[in-house]
Amino acid sequence: MAKRIEVSGLHAYYGGTHAIEDISMTVEPRSVTAFIGPSGCGKSTFLRTLNRMHEVIPGARVEGKVMLDDEDLYGPSVDPVAVRRTVGMVFQRPNPFPTMSIFDNVAAGLKLNGVRRKSQLDDIVEESLKGANLWEEVKDRLGKPGAGLSGGQQQRLCIARAIAVQPQVLLMDEPCSALDPISTLAIEDLIAKLKNQYTIVIVTHNMQQAARVSDRTAFFNIAGTGKPGKLIEIDDTSKIFTNPEQKATEDYITGRFG
Amino acid sequence: MSSPSTSLGSVSAGRKIKDRLVQGLVYLAFALAVIPLVSLLWTVVKHGAKRFDADFFGHSMNGLAGKDAGGGAYHAIIGTLEQVLITSVIAVPIALLAAVYLVEYGGRSRLAKVVSFFVDVMTGIPSIVAGLFVLALWLLTLQMGFSGFAGALSLAILMIPTVIRAAEEMLKLVPNDLREASFALGVPRWRTICFVVLPTALPGIITGVMLAVARVMGETAPLLLTIFITKAINTDPFTGPQGSLPTFIWDQAADPNHNAVDRAWTGALVLILIIMLFNLVARLVARAYKPTGR
Repeated sequence: MAKRIEVSGLHAYYGGTHAIEDISMTVEPRSVTAFIGPSGCGKSTFLRTLNRMHEVIPGARVEGKVMLDDEDLYGPSVDPVAVRRTVGMVFQRPNPFPTMSIFDNVAAGLKLNGVRRKSQLDDIVEESLKGANLWEEVKDRLGKPGAGLSGGQQQRLCIARAIAVQPQVLLMDEPCSALDPISTLAIEDLIAKLKNQYTIVIVTHNMQQAARVSDRTAFFNIAGTGKPGKLIEIDDTSKIFTNPEQKATEDYITGRFG
Repeated sequence: MSSPSTSLGSVSAGRKIKDRLVQGLVYLAFALAVIPLVSLLWTVVKHGAKRFDADFFGHSMNGLAGKDAGGGAYHAIIGTLEQVLITSVIAVPIALLAAVYLVEYGGRSRLAKVVSFFVDVMTGIPSIVAGLFVLALWLLTLQMGFSGFAGALSLAILMIPTVIRAAEEMLKLVPNDLREASFALGVPRWRTICFVVLPTALPGIITGVMLAVARVMGETAPLLLTIFITKAINTDPFTGPQGSLPTFIWDQAADPNHNAVDRAWTGALVLILIIMLFNLVARLVARAYKPTGR
């Protein structure tokens, strides 16, 4: 299921703005890779280039190569819709579909892609909700609206929705920043469980979180306002947090930044 | 410890007076807005009740003159309902597609700007001009006869821009998060629009459509030029002059006989009731589809 991502020479732009510059890295399968760095350094932009969500924004474009095992996501014949089915995404703010029930939210990706068989949907919805550690809490109210859940539950619902389409890779853009510590813990436990099956990339501003959940950590930085974001270094999480190669990384993780 | 009077309790007299004053003004403005509305409704109900009977709903004016008692607006009610239905069938899909284009696809493109500009222009078209346009194109140039359909065409010209604007506003209100969530599931754009964006905006769109329906239902001028006037029942909207409530009211009110004037009042009452009924149904439908919170 899980696939390796190899990025080489990737640049991203918003109109005339150069947002990230020349990023190359490898994201290992069945592991958690965390992106850290100050706001505006391009972590989220880079994350969005990994499932071609960047180009959804008018005027945005990408140069470079993103290889998913041996397929280039930016190859000329590649369908961005198919890429997004393979590389799922969870957003910063929980965003369940307001018009749909809990069941329909989880089934949305499948239904909108043409899976109609009720028994099949039932199975996948149950499996996904169990996978997102939400099944026990919602199994008696699957017909109720998804927006009626608490923030933490909504975020797990969004994770269930993302894994229901059985992606190879799961991208998470600050998935816990709108949640309380208890819900955060629930999501972190979930990430630890999901990494057995998926390649996970998580953007976080919480360095303890990066240290807790990730196997590898990438540090991004920006030289100044208006300058493009850059990858400073990527290494095993234990190394980044104890003995980073770069001075900038050490300054950032020890709070001496800026 | 700045001043001795740091107690949290009392509000100064000046603020209390201002509060009262502004409150009074708000209520006064509300009353001023409601008085004409209530007065209008009351007048219409009072005068319209006299002929609000089975005859009015069961008979046309065929063979009756203004001075005759009895008669009714059956032909006009049928005509209005058919014309508004046809208008909606023409206008709503065009308007919805245009709004979807403007919000979801157009962006800042030149075509979107041009469309948007002409929608604004169309919103300002006087209704008689819409009628004249259909008269010139449909009846005179294409040599078609007076018909309910011609009337519906002119009403559609008036309805399209209103529905585009309403639907556009509602689509803009749909959070971008939801579109992105759907794209991230590998759902193509058109499916995202059909199954995520439009359902979320639906209650607002229904309200917008109903307001537009209510507006065109009361239009008289374009209908006079397109459906003409008939006292007989014509259930076929595609051939021959057809009745409608606004033209019925116009015709009857212009007649000095009190029987005709009474019929005009009841026609107005029925028109208001139909619009209110439509609004009520629209609200119920919108509520049924409303995104449910906690």
